[in-house]
Amino acid sequence: MAQFDSPSTLVAAARETYAAGYRRINGYSPFPIEELSDAIGFKRTTLPLIVLAGGIIGAVGGFFMQYWMEVIDYPINVGGKPFNSWPAFIPITFECTVLCAALAAVFGMLALNKLPQPYHPVFNAPNFALATRDSFFLVIEANDPKFDHDEAMRFLKSLEAREVNDVEL
Amino acid sequence: MPLWLIDLNQMDEPHDDRHISIHATHPVAGSELTFGSVTDKISAIVLKRKTPIWWFVGFAISFALFQLMLLTITNMLFKGIGLWGVNIPVGWGLDILNFVWWIGIGHAGTLISAILLLLRQKWRTSINRFAEAMTLFAVAQAGVFPLMHLGRPWLGYWLFPYPNTMGIWPQFRSPLMWDVFAVSTYATVSALFWFVGLIPDFATLRDRANSKPFRLVYGMLAMGWRGSARHWHRYETAYLLLAGLATPLVLSVHTIVSFDFAVGIIPGWHATIFPPYFVAGAIYAGFAMVLLLTIPLRKVFGLESFITMRHMHNMAKVMLATGLIVVYGYMIEAFFGWYSGNQYERFMIWNRMHGPYAPYYWALILCNGLTPQLLWIKKIRSKLLVLWLISLVVSIGMWLERFVIVVTSLHRDFLPSSWGFYKPTQWDWAMFIGTIGFFFALLFLFIRFLPMISIFEMRTILPEAEVDEG
Repeated sequence: MAQFDSPSTLVAAARETYAAGYRRINGYSPFPIEELSDAIGFKRTTLPLIVLAGGIIGAVGGFFMQYWMEVIDYPINVGGKPFNSWPAFIPITFECTVLCAALAAVFGMLALNKLPQPYHPVFNAPNFALATRDSFFLVIEANDPKFDHDEAMRFLKSLEAREVNDVEL
Repeated sequence: MPLWLIDLNQMDEPHDDRHISIHATHPVAGSELTFGSVTDKISAIVLKRKTPIWWFVGFAISFALFQLMLLTITNMLFKGIGLWGVNIPVGWGLDILNFVWWIGIGHAGTLISAILLLLRQKWRTSINRFAEAMTLFAVAQAGVFPLMHLGRPWLGYWLFPYPNTMGIWPQFRSPLMWDVFAVSTYATVSALFWFVGLIPDFATLRDRANSKPFRLVYGMLAMGWRGSARHWHRYETAYLLLAGLATPLVLSVHTIVSFDFAVGIIPGWHATIFPPYFVAGAIYAGFAMVLLLTIPLRKVFGLESFITMRHMHNMAKVMLATGLIVVYGYMIEAFFGWYSGNQYERFMIWNRMHGPYAPYYWALILCNGLTPQLLWIKKIRSKLLVLWLISLVVSIGMWLERFVIVVTSLHRDFLPSSWGFYKPTQWDWAMFIGTIGFFFALLFLFIRFLPMISIFEMRTILPEAEVDEG
C-alpha cells in the first residue's frame, strides 16, 4: 500500500501501476475521483441495469396490481369510469416505478459493493484512518497474477509516495 | 475532469469586471478550506465540541411542543375529530392545509439535493445534507395529518392494498389513494437518498470518534465503508440515478397533492393551473424554510466559509423566481374566475376578495405577492436579517395560501343553504404547533449527532480536488 498526498499523484501512480501490468489494484480516497476508477481499470458496473430492472418491475407490478384488483377481482363502478381506467392508474404506477427503482439502486449498490463489510485488511494499514480525511492510498493486492512481494514493494516505492507499507490480512 | 467540477457559470459568462467580481466576492466555498480543515470543522461539531447550552434550551422547548403534539393525538384518539373545528361544509380545515404546507416545505430539500445535482450547481454542496434532513422531518410532520384526520386512525392500514378478510381493495382511482403511494414513496426515497449520502460521512466520523460507543454506532452505520475506488464508482452511479429518480418524484408528489383539490369539482379547486402552481409554491415555501434555518445556523456554528453569501443570493433568487410563478397563479385564478362567465367561479373569486375570509386573502397577497419583490434588490438579499424576515413572511404567506384555497372554496360552494364557517379550535392549533415542535426537535438532534454538511462532497468542490493530469 502506498500513501499519497493529492488526488493527482494518486491517479498518476494508478495509471503507472496499471501500465506496469498489475490488475488487482485498488485506490482509496476520501471522496470520489472519477479518473481513479478509470486508471485502475474499473469502467463498467451493472448497477444501471439493476435499477432499470427495478423500475420495470415497479411499473409493471404497480399497474397490474391495480388492474387485477379493480378490473378482475372486485370491479366497482366509480363515477361511470370504465373498469380499466388506465389514466387514473398512472399516478400510482409512476410512484411504484420510482420506488422500486430507488430500492434497486440503493440495495443494488450495497450488494455489489458487498456492504456491510465490517472487516477488511486495509483497516490494519498504518495511517489508513486518513483515507477518510485527506490522504490517498494505492494498493496492489497479493492475489494479482503478477504479484511478487519484493518487486511490488520496489515498484510502489518508485512512485512518488509519501509512505509505502505492507498490509496484513 | 469530473463532471461536477466544470463550473458552467464561469464557462458561459463574459469576463467583464462586474461578472468577475460576483464570483470573486461570492465564492461557493471559502478559499482557506482544505480537505483536512473541512473534515475537522464539520466533524468537530458532532464529535468534539461541548454541547452548547442553547442546544439544550432549544431542544427542551421543541421537545415540550412535541409533547403537546402527542397530547393532542392521544386526546383525538379518544374523543375523535370533533375536537377540531371541521364541520359541514368545511370538511377539510387545518388538517389538510398543514399536510400540504409541510409536504411543500419538504420539496426544497429534494430540489437542492437532486435537481441541483443534475444541473451541476456546485453551490448545492454545503446545504444539501441539511436540506434533505429538513425534507425528511417535514414529511414526517406531514404524515401525521392525513392519519389523524381519519375518523378511525387505527384503521389507517386499510389504505394499503393488502389481502384482507373483507375481500376488498382500496379505490385506486382516487387522488387520496394516489397521495398514499406518493407520500410513502417520497418518504422512502428521501430517507434512502439521505442515508446513502451519509455513509461516507459515517466512515469519517467513525475514524475520528474518540469514544467507543460513538465509534461503534458510526461504524455500524458506515457499514465498513473504506473509500475504495470501485465502491466510489458504484456509489456515484447510484447517487446520480437516485437524483434522476428523485427529480420526477418531487414534481409528481406535489402534483398528486394538488390533485386532491384539482380533481374535485368545486370552484377554486377544479383548475388545471394547480399542479405547476402547487409545485412552484412548494419550492417557494421550502426555500423560505431553508433560509430561515441556515441563516442562524451558519452564524452560530461559524460556517460562513461553507454556506457563503453566494448561497444566500442564489436561494433568495430561487425564492423570487418561484414566488413570481405563485403570483402568476393568483392572477390567473382571478382571471379565469371572471373570464369563465360561470356564476359560481365568479362568486368564488369575489368571495375570496370581499367575503368573511377576505383579510386572509389580502394578507396572502401582501406576504406572497408583494414582500418577495424586495428580493429583486441586491442590497436586500445581502442583508441577512432582512432576508430572514422575508423568509418568515413567505412561510406564513404559504400557510395562508393553503388556508385560502381550502377554506374559502369549501365554505361557500354551489348551494347557499349549505354555506357555513370554519373556525379552527385550540386543538387544531395545538396539533400544528406540536408538529412545529417535533420538527425542530428532530432538527436539533440532527445537528448534534450527524454532520449537517456533506463532508465528502465538500471535499470534491475544493480546488485541490481537481486531478491535474499534466
